[in-house]
Amino acid sequence: MTIPRIVGAGLIVIGVGVGIGRIGGQAMEAIARQPEAYGKIQTAMLIVAALIEGIGFAALFATAEN
Amino acid sequence: MRNSLLVNFLLVFTIFFNATVFANESEMNSDEPKTDLKTEIDEYIQHHLKDSHDFSLFSYTDSEGDLHHVGFPLPVILWDNGLVVFSSSKFHHGEELVTSANNHYKLYHGKIYKTDASGTINYDSDHHATNIKPLDFSITKSVMMILITGFLMFLLFRGLAKSYSKNGGIAKGVGRFFEPIILYIRDDIAIATIGEKKHQKYMPFLLTIFFFIWFLNMFGLTPLGVNVTGNIAITTALAVLTFLITNFTGTKTYWKHLFDPLGSSMPWYAKIPLYVILIPIEVLGIFIKPFSLLIRLYANMQAGHIVIMSLIGLMFLFKNWIGSSLSFGLAFAISLIEILVAVLQAYIFTMLSALYFGFASEEHEHAEAH
Repeated sequence: MTIPRIVGAGLIVIGVGVGIGRIGGQAMEAIARQPEAYGKIQTAMLIVAALIEGIGFAALFATAEN
Repeated sequence: MRNSLLVNFLLVFTIFFNATVFANESEMNSDEPKTDLKTEIDEYIQHHLKDSHDFSLFSYTDSEGDLHHVGFPLPVILWDNGLVVFSSSKFHHGEELVTSANNHYKLYHGKIYKTDASGTINYDSDHHATNIKPLDFSITKSVMMILITGFLMFLLFRGLAKSYSKNGGIAKGVGRFFEPIILYIRDDIAIATIGEKKHQKYMPFLLTIFFFIWFLNMFGLTPLGVNVTGNIAITTALAVLTFLITNFTGTKTYWKHLFDPLGSSMPWYAKIPLYVILIPIEVLGIFIKPFSLLIRLYANMQAGHIVIMSLIGLMFLFKNWIGSSLSFGLAFAISLIEILVAVLQAYIFTMLSALYFGFASEEHEHAEAH
């Protein structure tokens, strides 16, 4: 009856994908509005994406067997 | 000058390229005597991700069916009630027992165990070896790559620093490539996050960590078959350095932010119920920040290596021109992405370290402005 661990891994990937996708999309919008702030927006985008990615990887390790 | 550099580069590239082709061919030949190609690829990937006591470039089976390993041995240094030093070639890739000073050692799944004279390995119920492991200070593949990278960085950046005085304040040779990167780290990472006044103190660490991670990531993409930054022990060591520097250079404002974030905005009795929750979270945060650094770098590099090697393995599994060429294209594309990831992960590690240093070195006036 237990839910397989791989389902958890899939859910994590969906969550991280939505999160990073939203960051990327919003950054694109921001760049379109203010092309002169391209560098700053890109840096902030990368940092936030990396933070989400870190949490995602930590969760993936938690679902990994043994 | 420029032409000879180009020729050298092409030469190195050709050698590497030939080495990979050679390795792939030998893999194909060796699948006939073994049972299952799938498990063999799986074992190969598992073996690649681990550190090893010898530097094997590739192995192949000759026409008589003998397995040959191409590579070179590395020194084994053990502490077992006294120093024990011998060459890893004595293990013969785990096939033989090494006897040194009345002690017997056996290489089993990449780890050295102390055994009796006949080389028995005892197992517990989970099939883990229960033999004693002597303290292992060996120069393994990863340690050797770290030493090489350190030496390379020393040569490169010492040469760059010296070329300024010789060449009238202009970088020379390969330093011209690295100078803008160093300036970028100073201007857009260190000064932007730490501030003009204090960034100088952190610059050596930030530059070292950036180039160290970047070079090791790039070495991981060459057919040398090293996986240094994909080793959790090494990323842990790097993150511990960031942790120590952050907390030992922390100013009064930094510690006040941690243990008294609300300051004089509230009477002390109102703060107590809030601080019961806030302070544990802040203290946990000190440890979570470097922990996320180490997990991110480790997992990214590990995942990248697994994906590339699985796609290369798929080429041999498909054995038809559509599937194999498709997975070749994918492996090629992922390899290109991995070159980007190699820089990106070095950048992220440096950037986040700089951010943490920025929090730690915050001055009082700056904090009030928030």
